[in-house]
Amino acid sequence: MAVPAGAAAVAVRGLAKRYAEVEAVRGVDFEVAPGETFGFLGPNGAGKSTTIKMLCTLVKPSGGTATVAGHDVLSERNEVRRNIGLVFQDPTLDLYLTAAQNLRFHAELYGVPRAVVPERMAAVLEMVNLADRKDSKVMTFSGGMRRRLEIARGLLHSPRVLFLDEPTVGLDPQTRSSIWDYIGELKQTEDITIFMTTHYMDEAEYCDRIAIIDHGRIVAIDTPQALKASIGEDRVRVSTADDQAAMAALKQHFELEPRLSEGQVMFSVASGEQFVPRLFAELGVPIHSVSVSRPSLDDVFMAYTGKTIRDAEESAPAGAELMRMMAKGRR
Amino acid sequence: MTTYAPVPPVAVPAGGMGSFYRGVRVVWQRELLRFWNDRLRIFTVLVQPLLFVFVLGNGLGSITRSVSGVSYKTFVYPGALAMSVLFTAVFSAGSIVWDREFGFLREMLVAPVSRLAIVVGKCLGGATTATAQGILVLALAGLVGIPYSPVMILILLGELALLAFTVTAFGVMISARVRTFQGFMGLTQMLLMPLFFTSGAMFPLSGLPGWLHVVTRLNPLTYAVDPIRRVVFHYLDVGAAARAVYAPGVTWGGYHVPIWLELVIVAASGLAMLGVAGLEFRDSE
Repeated sequence: MAVPAGAAAVAVRGLAKRYAEVEAVRGVDFEVAPGETFGFLGPNGAGKSTTIKMLCTLVKPSGGTATVAGHDVLSERNEVRRNIGLVFQDPTLDLYLTAAQNLRFHAELYGVPRAVVPERMAAVLEMVNLADRKDSKVMTFSGGMRRRLEIARGLLHSPRVLFLDEPTVGLDPQTRSSIWDYIGELKQTEDITIFMTTHYMDEAEYCDRIAIIDHGRIVAIDTPQALKASIGEDRVRVSTADDQAAMAALKQHFELEPRLSEGQVMFSVASGEQFVPRLFAELGVPIHSVSVSRPSLDDVFMAYTGKTIRDAEESAPAGAELMRMMAKGRR
Repeated sequence: MTTYAPVPPVAVPAGGMGSFYRGVRVVWQRELLRFWNDRLRIFTVLVQPLLFVFVLGNGLGSITRSVSGVSYKTFVYPGALAMSVLFTAVFSAGSIVWDREFGFLREMLVAPVSRLAIVVGKCLGGATTATAQGILVLALAGLVGIPYSPVMILILLGELALLAFTVTAFGVMISARVRTFQGFMGLTQMLLMPLFFTSGAMFPLSGLPGWLHVVTRLNPLTYAVDPIRRVVFHYLDVGAAARAVYAPGVTWGGYHVPIWLELVIVAASGLAMLGVAGLEFRDSE
């Protein structure tokens, strides 16, 4: 999706951030169109949060440029801040105040005109279904309610770009899906661009476009459909009586590239359904079960980075952990 | 899924001085709200000065000679007043560390207001709540034989507010560097206790050993406690002899430091620390 220069909600050129020991972001380029929902997908420590912090003016880039809502993140810090809403992965509510007091504080801090505050507050609380709890202290709220309140607060001042940094991390699956319902409704009622990060593959599907980020670099950027199409082939998972023999046969006889994953033999092939009868006829190893699936975003991630997102997190270099600790400490 | 009527967007005004005042006001208001919500704390902070005046005051009263009928209890009262304000103010500044731990600080740091406005709002908030705390201790003045003179009370409130502002600025300056609330409390206690003990809150500043004399004069808190005591003793119906013993004032060599200069020293240290705090928070993530 090409965006005319200057009209982009977010435009980033060669953006980089180096902490003392760690190169967190190594020069990324992308643009987000107004009204688009854009996702940053990658394992923990890939540089997602650092990028979002640079765009939100919380961290100074060590290289490159970025504009948000048409304003430069370095030279027009307050202009950027006025035009963005933020929901961080760590909570930022005052637990000792009520939901309404938290919102009122935010409205004052952002200079929302007094006359429109009550109406605006009612609207955002209604949107996240918390209107009846507005006078309860936030400490009595569940994790999901707190996150919804943060989303409501992030919208209170009508930002042009809403940043959601791992908006559903630490929430149970049901709450996660309800948060996505709210975000979906939000897209219909507000004229807003959403920039989000996630490491949940299924959530990336909600985005218009996705950038896959690994080790501080963007390795792919496109719509979820195009990304899946780009790796084309179907995924076949087979469990057999002798996986080693099956692997050998797949390599030599079918000239495929199988690998072992979670106790099954896995490989990619152009048309999976048509391939299955041939597999039974020619493999020469008893087959217990076969499954064929269209490529998922997880497969896309695998194709571009050579590992599953879970493996990427487990093997994340010590530097990633260090970086997160440093980011916490610097906050 | 319910559909909602579109929410009218709001236009957030541009920055400038308006945004500075706005930032100061909203941070200040939150401090008052938090203070009011936490009424239990108001009474727990009262315990310390009460111990100083009534337990230590009466206990030491038997071994200290009383001059012109003024007891140690009356002498130590202004010190206890300063102490209650001191600890409330530091606790109030410590809420920055608390806010950082619980994430709320970030809500303020990403807002389109200057960091200095946040620091100023915090200092004024601490000054207001600690002065309110001081009023409670002031209410006890009659119990140690100090008259409730309206003018004295007004002057004392002004002096306490200045002390509270400076101590909050000190606390905010520290809070920029400390990551945990325990660390903050440990560090401030370590710094405040020696300052409090050498400020003349608990003993007169005359006739001290040479080294202690020097230390008390270098301690900025001395210049906050002394005016409070001098005002109290000014309104106390005692002779010149008692004043000379209990509230001799601060001297540099032979120079008798006037109250206005003492207050200037307190205000200047407060503003300097506020400036340092502002710089520290300007570059904080």
